[in-house]
Amino acid sequence: MRSFSLIIGLLLSFLTVTYGQDQHGDQHSNSASHAEEASAGQEGHGACGCLHDEEAFPEYNPTASAFQHIGDANAFHVAGDFYIPLPCILYAPDHGWTLMMANKFEAHHHGNGSKAIDRYVLVHGEVKRIADTAFPKGEVEIECISHVMESVKGKEVEMPVAVYGGTCYALENRSTLDGGVFGGGITSFYDFSITKNVFTMLLVLIFFFLVFRSVAKTYQARRGQAPKGLQGFMEPIVLFIQDEVAKPFIGARYDKYLPFLLSIFFFILGLNLIGQIPFFPGSGNVTGNLGVTMVLALFVFVVVNINGNKNYWKHIFWMPGVPAPIKLILTPVEVLGLFIKPFTLMLRLFANITAGHIVVLSFVGLIFIFGKSGASMGGSLGGAAASIPLTMFIMAIELLVAFIQAFVFTLLTASYIGAAIEEDHH
Amino acid sequence: MTGSITALGLALAAIGAGIGIGQIGGRAMDAIARQPEAVGDIRANMILTAALVEGAALIAMVLSFIL
Repeated sequence: MRSFSLIIGLLLSFLTVTYGQDQHGDQHSNSASHAEEASAGQEGHGACGCLHDEEAFPEYNPTASAFQHIGDANAFHVAGDFYIPLPCILYAPDHGWTLMMANKFEAHHHGNGSKAIDRYVLVHGEVKRIADTAFPKGEVEIECISHVMESVKGKEVEMPVAVYGGTCYALENRSTLDGGVFGGGITSFYDFSITKNVFTMLLVLIFFFLVFRSVAKTYQARRGQAPKGLQGFMEPIVLFIQDEVAKPFIGARYDKYLPFLLSIFFFILGLNLIGQIPFFPGSGNVTGNLGVTMVLALFVFVVVNINGNKNYWKHIFWMPGVPAPIKLILTPVEVLGLFIKPFTLMLRLFANITAGHIVVLSFVGLIFIFGKSGASMGGSLGGAAASIPLTMFIMAIELLVAFIQAFVFTLLTASYIGAAIEEDHH
Repeated sequence: MTGSITALGLALAAIGAGIGIGQIGGRAMDAIARQPEAVGDIRANMILTAALVEGAALIAMVLSFIL
């Protein structure tokens, strides 16, 4: 067993080192193209340059790399230039529907597409739209996706641009939750695509549908007998949620809410675990996506407040048994608490999963930092030697966190439901 | 020195939550040592309380990102 893990470790370090050398080769051509770009820039004022090998990164940027890897994408990156295309379903009010597979963008290394289709381009595996309406429609071969430095709030930020005909076309800002009030922006199109995250969710959904259907069939076929096979594996988990979560926190009427709790538990657990796999069917960081956890928390909010009885609402708006001046203070606090409860539920899951992934990516990034983006082979080896045990340790902890966070989400949901349906004791 | 004062606030909140969760964990261990048969109840309540304390640190984290 020990020798097996040693072999895996060696294989991993070999892979990372060869990747480092690959970067090393790119670095040389990169610096050459930089010189070209500089001379071209002096001749034509404001002309927009294109780095010749699509490597728009002058040096390794750990923050950008980490955030790109935990983000969502419209194509599933497997290795090198190979992407598994996912369907893009885009709707723009000024253009209508655009349906296609993501491989139509002909993405190269780093997920940058070499074609613009109806002003849509692929940047780091993500569909973006060219802001300029004068850009030609239909399928257009663009020169490359590049970056320009722009100062936003006094900070230099890399902004992606599409280069076409020697001109840089700015891309639309990513839509943000605030709709552009605190900076950020709002895109002019709706992305209904089956992205990496949606694909992962569907995968988990189908997996658990098959598992539970087979278990249900076994229960029917083997009525009154001891559990067997998959059934024997699932039964303790279901009983654990029933006996340790639902019964103590909800009380006598637990059976009404047990399906909801089990769905939430298995959905989060499945997504947490599939997010730990660093390659193809995994690697979708779904529970580390604020949108997904927000919808989960919204479900909890609705279920809790729809089922809240008179007693529950009385305790929120006019707490019985306390003097009137205190009631005036307590009511706003309780009303705020109504929203803070699902809000922390959303943040807890998101923050725990994202933090784990970022720590892993930071340790992997050590290889490139010590190796000076591939310039130093010894540094890469040293970085790999340091980062492999650290990464394995953090991933072991992440495995534990995956279970704990699924459990905590279910437990807190049960306790909120329990508080909402509790009968009056006074 | 660069950085923002909100990071300092987040650090303070994290210290507070750390102390709180440490207390919860320590007391839960004491309770389990005293009454090993109640380990199931104690564990569930420990995680619940720790999650509630963690909520304060999470809210501080979000505020530090927004402000």
